[in-house]
Amino acid sequence: MSATRPRILELGRVGDPTLRHDGVPKVTGEFAYSSDLHAAGMLWGKTVRSPHAHARILEIDVSEAVRLPGVHAVLTHEDVPGRKTYGLEFPDQPVLAIDRVRYFGEAVALVAAEEPEQARRAAAAVRVTYEPLEPVTDPERATEQEPLHPDRPTMPREGGHGYRSDPRPNVVRHMVIRHGDPDAAGDVTVSGVYDVGSQDQAFLGPESGLAVPDGEGGVDVYVATQWLHVDRDQVAPCLDLPPEMVRIHLGGVGGAFGGREDLSMQVHGALLALRTNRPVKIVYNREESFVGHIHRHPARIWAEHRATRAGKLVSVRMRILLDGGAYASSSTAVTSNAASFAVGPYAVANALIESTCVYTNNPPCGAMRGFGAVQTCFAAEAQMDKLAAELGIDPVELRLLNALGPGDVLPTGQRLAGVLPVAEVIRRAADLSPPEAEELPREAIRLPGGAGNTTRGEGVHRGVGFAVGFKNICYSEGFDDYTAARVMLHADGSAEVHCAAAEVGQGVTDVILQVARTELGTDEVRLAPVGTAHVGSSGSASASRMTWMAAGAVQLACRAALEERERTGRAEIDVERIYRHATTTPLDPETGQITGERAHVSFAVAAMRVVAEVDVDLGLTRVVWIGTAQDVGTAVNPIAVEGQIEGGTAQGLGLALMEEIQTRDGLITNASFTDYLIPTALDMPPVESVLVEDPEPGAPYGAKGVGEPPTVVSTAAVVAALRDATGRELTRVPVRPDDICL
Amino acid sequence: MKISVRINGEAREADVWGGDSLLTALRDGFGLPGSKNACEQGECGSCSVLLDGELVCSCLVLAAQADGHEVTTVEGLAAGGELHRVQRAFVEAGAVQCGFCTPGLVVATVDLLERAPSPSDDEIREALSGNLCRCTGYAKIFDAVRLAASP
Repeated sequence: MSATRPRILELGRVGDPTLRHDGVPKVTGEFAYSSDLHAAGMLWGKTVRSPHAHARILEIDVSEAVRLPGVHAVLTHEDVPGRKTYGLEFPDQPVLAIDRVRYFGEAVALVAAEEPEQARRAAAAVRVTYEPLEPVTDPERATEQEPLHPDRPTMPREGGHGYRSDPRPNVVRHMVIRHGDPDAAGDVTVSGVYDVGSQDQAFLGPESGLAVPDGEGGVDVYVATQWLHVDRDQVAPCLDLPPEMVRIHLGGVGGAFGGREDLSMQVHGALLALRTNRPVKIVYNREESFVGHIHRHPARIWAEHRATRAGKLVSVRMRILLDGGAYASSSTAVTSNAASFAVGPYAVANALIESTCVYTNNPPCGAMRGFGAVQTCFAAEAQMDKLAAELGIDPVELRLLNALGPGDVLPTGQRLAGVLPVAEVIRRAADLSPPEAEELPREAIRLPGGAGNTTRGEGVHRGVGFAVGFKNICYSEGFDDYTAARVMLHADGSAEVHCAAAEVGQGVTDVILQVARTELGTDEVRLAPVGTAHVGSSGSASASRMTWMAAGAVQLACRAALEERERTGRAEIDVERIYRHATTTPLDPETGQITGERAHVSFAVAAMRVVAEVDVDLGLTRVVWIGTAQDVGTAVNPIAVEGQIEGGTAQGLGLALMEEIQTRDGLITNASFTDYLIPTALDMPPVESVLVEDPEPGAPYGAKGVGEPPTVVSTAAVVAALRDATGRELTRVPVRPDDICL
Repeated sequence: MKISVRINGEAREADVWGGDSLLTALRDGFGLPGSKNACEQGECGSCSVLLDGELVCSCLVLAAQADGHEVTTVEGLAAGGELHRVQRAFVEAGAVQCGFCTPGLVVATVDLLERAPSPSDDEIREALSGNLCRCTGYAKIFDAVRLAASP
């Protein structure tokens, strides 16, 4: 690899490799993350959490805690002045547990004290008397057990998106996609049962924030989050305040990956700040972060694929069971996404897909990069390989034979419009050449087991795997998905952009600035501090949507500002515009078929080839090389796109090989980086990535989101390589050592 | 208790609790939040600093142990308004995303290049394997190290 200085611009425009606007403060340590914030007179908040996965609360005694030195407040559910619950789809999660706890680590009480150690001691002194209850931990039995949310409303907050209420206990959502004649017979049938463990987002910056009372009954919350306005709209009712009295500001975000879509400390910090009339800072430690946020849904998937002798898919049947854990979070949408992308980017005339998410007393699950498509991609791609083996067809050829093409119809009935270059992405990835197998003997660090020096290579088998994955871009199924941007032009020729899009590390700030420079034709552009007070909602930094949506909104606002100046001749201009992508409509609640032209506005596809080595004596692996091609529309900032592909690939590799939240009777047993492993510098191979640029007609500049496809595909691709190396079926991720010992 | 530490070339004093880690003292006592707290178990390397020139996880060192010693944090690397070449390389190679791991990785890379001015790819991987990054997949971090090592 060369060490030549890359040609990157400091003030790039759309399409230029552009330096991060926050790069310098991040390398010098000056960048203020939400955990770095301070305010004069600040108190430290601490959350009292449940040690049980399921229990009745008999009594909460705070009398000892309030008397401890430095303590200013101890709060329980009785101190929540407004709505006692919140949630993205169903407001089913208590701000502080009321009469029952439903998961290990559920928030029960809050304390605020002068010093962190005083807050910790006060939290330990809150006496909660629990009556432990039998936890519901087996998702397959959950629908026959006692309901965990007997009083849950039957429909979600926003009124539906194709949701159908289910009479069985503990069903968060059940949906069916029925297309054509799922009973259609093929020449060959392959089937399998696949399991996916629960993955943690494991962002490095734990949940944290600072809540500052404004002295007039309102509050400012500085927090690491993915969607400021939806935080505000959940926090304000709980505080019994109008939304304008709650201002959410983006604190520096240390990674997100879906794990910051739900509230963490926002309401808690605001409650403490308003009660004490002092700024209150809350910072989770790593253990609290693991138990305090939602995870990727563990899944069990039953799949049956039928095909002709020539390899054309005839029918796909899939049953997907997702463990949603204790609260709904975004499970309704994950359930639907898992179903919508279950088949993969292949044309099939007949399909029956059932997707069910249940409540249990396991850790709550919600959004994580890939959002349901990761789980089904793992199953579907294993099935495609099984089919290839059964038919004696090359796995890449089989995928090309079935690749979705222009005008093809998805199992939801949606006809592909726009750009989705499935076959090209497959060919480009398949054309990448992996390195030759390295001779033995070699340095231990380049063998499975690495510097542990466990082998000289005697039991090492090499395998090559291939997989394809796809996913939607932007919010779907009738959701009113929009982004606001405000542009101010000044007399001196400079411009200021307001957009509430959350910079979570992905580089959306640079996208916004690149678009504004491009549209306004000037480098004198600055981005205003990000908050809810001065601009409308941006929507969430998720669903691979933020580049598309922020680019659309900033482009629109810039053009409107220039037009306004042209029309009025005024030197100072201030305009705000809202961008919406093409309308989507919900799926039919009975058949899962589209009810309008489209349920999803766009899709992106990635294909990946992986070379891995397995020490079949010890069950150790080493991923040697990864080559991938991805459909990106237009790369707004190519260096950031590569970064998303490399990082997203690492997260999928982690799920394939090592990452799993482990529980015993609902209690998390590995809430630390000692026990929950994520890929290190020694685990990641070189990733060769090809950006397939074919502009998406409906998208600003033709740009698609790029964050999720690499994570969707890489778990499947890595496991395919391990299957090739070992000959084992490997139906479960993460793959464990005993699965690959021969 | 009072401790005296030479931090980034400057003699500093702070009043710390006996149980505080050096990381806590740096962040909350000395007002240097550049070193990050991501695990407090020495697993992630986000709090890496140089203690008397030796790379340590400051979360695993008691503040009291640093009394009378010299500490270099990420805030002390840029000199006279100029970024350290390692910092510049991280920016230019696109090695920064969310950046929470960056201070630790920058300090660990400075330490690596002190010991091995032209490290091999294996040496880079080994040296940085104690620093977790969740965003980048490490590829551009390796590029940054090579860039910083190049003449």
